[in-house]
Amino acid sequence: MKPVLALLVAVVALAPFASSSQYLVNIAMLTAFSAFIGQGWNISGGFGGLTSFGHAVFFGVGAYTVAILQTRWGINPWLGLPAAFVLGGLVGAGIGFLSFRAGLRGSYFALVTLAFAEVFRVLSNSSDLTHGGLGINVKLQLGAANFQFADRRASYAVVLVLLAGATAIAAWLKRSRFGARLVAVRENEDAAQALGVGLVRTKTAALALSGALTALGGVVYTQTYLYIDPSIAFGVERSVEMLLVVMIGGAGTVWGPILGAIALHLIADVSRTWIDTPGFAPMLYGVVLLAIIAALPGGIAGLKGRLGRA
Amino acid sequence: MAEIIAAALVNGLLTGGVYALVALGLTLIYGVLHIVNFAHGSLLMVAMFAAWLLAAQGGIDPYLALPLVAAFMFGVGWALYRFVIGRVSHGEDRAILLATLGVAVVLDNLALVIFTGDTRQLETDLTFRVWEVGPLLVSVPKVISFVVSLLLAGALWAFMARTDTGRAIRAVAREPDGARLMGIRPDRIFALAYGIGIACLGAAACLLLPTFYVSPSVGNVFVLVAFTIVVLGGMGSFPGAVVGGLLIGVTESLGGLLLGESLGPIGISLVFIAVLLLKPTGLFGSVR
Repeated sequence: MKPVLALLVAVVALAPFASSSQYLVNIAMLTAFSAFIGQGWNISGGFGGLTSFGHAVFFGVGAYTVAILQTRWGINPWLGLPAAFVLGGLVGAGIGFLSFRAGLRGSYFALVTLAFAEVFRVLSNSSDLTHGGLGINVKLQLGAANFQFADRRASYAVVLVLLAGATAIAAWLKRSRFGARLVAVRENEDAAQALGVGLVRTKTAALALSGALTALGGVVYTQTYLYIDPSIAFGVERSVEMLLVVMIGGAGTVWGPILGAIALHLIADVSRTWIDTPGFAPMLYGVVLLAIIAALPGGIAGLKGRLGRA
Repeated sequence: MAEIIAAALVNGLLTGGVYALVALGLTLIYGVLHIVNFAHGSLLMVAMFAAWLLAAQGGIDPYLALPLVAAFMFGVGWALYRFVIGRVSHGEDRAILLATLGVAVVLDNLALVIFTGDTRQLETDLTFRVWEVGPLLVSVPKVISFVVSLLLAGALWAFMARTDTGRAIRAVAREPDGARLMGIRPDRIFALAYGIGIACLGAAACLLLPTFYVSPSVGNVFVLVAFTIVVLGGMGSFPGAVVGGLLIGVTESLGGLLLGESLGPIGISLVFIAVLLLKPTGLFGSVR
């Protein structure tokens, strides 16, 4: 079963490269991109149970890092990837350390992440460094050396590599000691602590790793659209997108974010053929989220277990 | 300078009144159902559109429409709990939070589909009316919203303290099992309390409308404000919501004055983070 599934995944993921349709490639890239930032959210939100409403903070930090590095100091955007990774990790560690040391969890943690994202949004909206509300335009200089691709297939390849890496990290969490500690903390904090798991340390490390990965998504965004502004970077819509992808696909599973991203983009593209009005597809996302919480708490990935038991 | 600060203080205090009313609904829902109602801002948006429709299409003044919109929102809240949030969430903390988020996503985007993203502003006869109080110019609709908000807060407090229904709600909040033994049905009380919390938004929407804009994303403006007030005052605390509302109104107004238009809004988020990190029980909250 497993090799067949892996082959299927590979064929579907690589098919767009054989296509000359920019439309198809674009959809594939957007789907892989959602899956990637979803996987970032999944590291802390799924495996660690640290429901965040403000993950856009990491996305935005990454997006602005690469934008500022190249427009202010002329630093090659490829170096934006490691820089964003480090900064995203630091921001995650900072928010995590403060919140978890204060004992925030559940809804309180979700709300405090929302507030942190809002702080970053307001700061980027009023700082000279980020050009305030005007946002930052990156000059068009096509070329692989500049991390700007005329062919969407190249962007898609970059996102696929990132997604594969993030998914490998999720798979590693499934079998590593760190992952086991993280899941133990999610399932029962008191029991985990009694077994010698450091709560603050484990959760902070998970948020740092998640933040570092999610920041890479921001870098790709900036290099694809060559523009970033405070609400694109730190707006709540981005945070909700990551959460939806994971909750619909299956939180705390390796394949959940990928399944969720495919589901969301299918909904978007099919619904567009019925009613093409702004807001219609996101409204359906909300309905699907409610249905999933009600009927399928494990998400699409949990379906397999359910069918197996039936 | 002193006059500018005084004007900002008065303005903030007046805005804080209606903030208190919004937060009161949120804190009631938290206190009774222990639900962090993330859909609160979106439901306020629904109420504002309801009031706006009545005014723009039906020609009914928002102040006259207040009882109507509050009753309508009570119905919306009651049904929402009974048929969606209560059903979907299985009583699990994370599921409830995500369910209220799901409701918010659906409502925001439904409004976007129906009304498009345009920002609408209602001008009533009172919108630009001001009173001269000494050197200060005080906005009349803001005074009205302040006074009516505090009156409604008092009425809600009296209802909770004095009536049998209010006692039943408080009993369920404290001891759902004990209340059930006394013949109170907690599921009914939950839907009732959620409805009352949302009815507060109906009233707040009518009070806001003459001076505030309406758009599908207007709820986002209020979500963080309302949660900040409730956390600052202490989750579940009535006096906390009122005092917190006034404090946050002033914080916002002074923040805008001292830090400028674009950096000003940071004050509320910082207060929120600071309270959560340093004193999560808030000013009036008890340790649970």
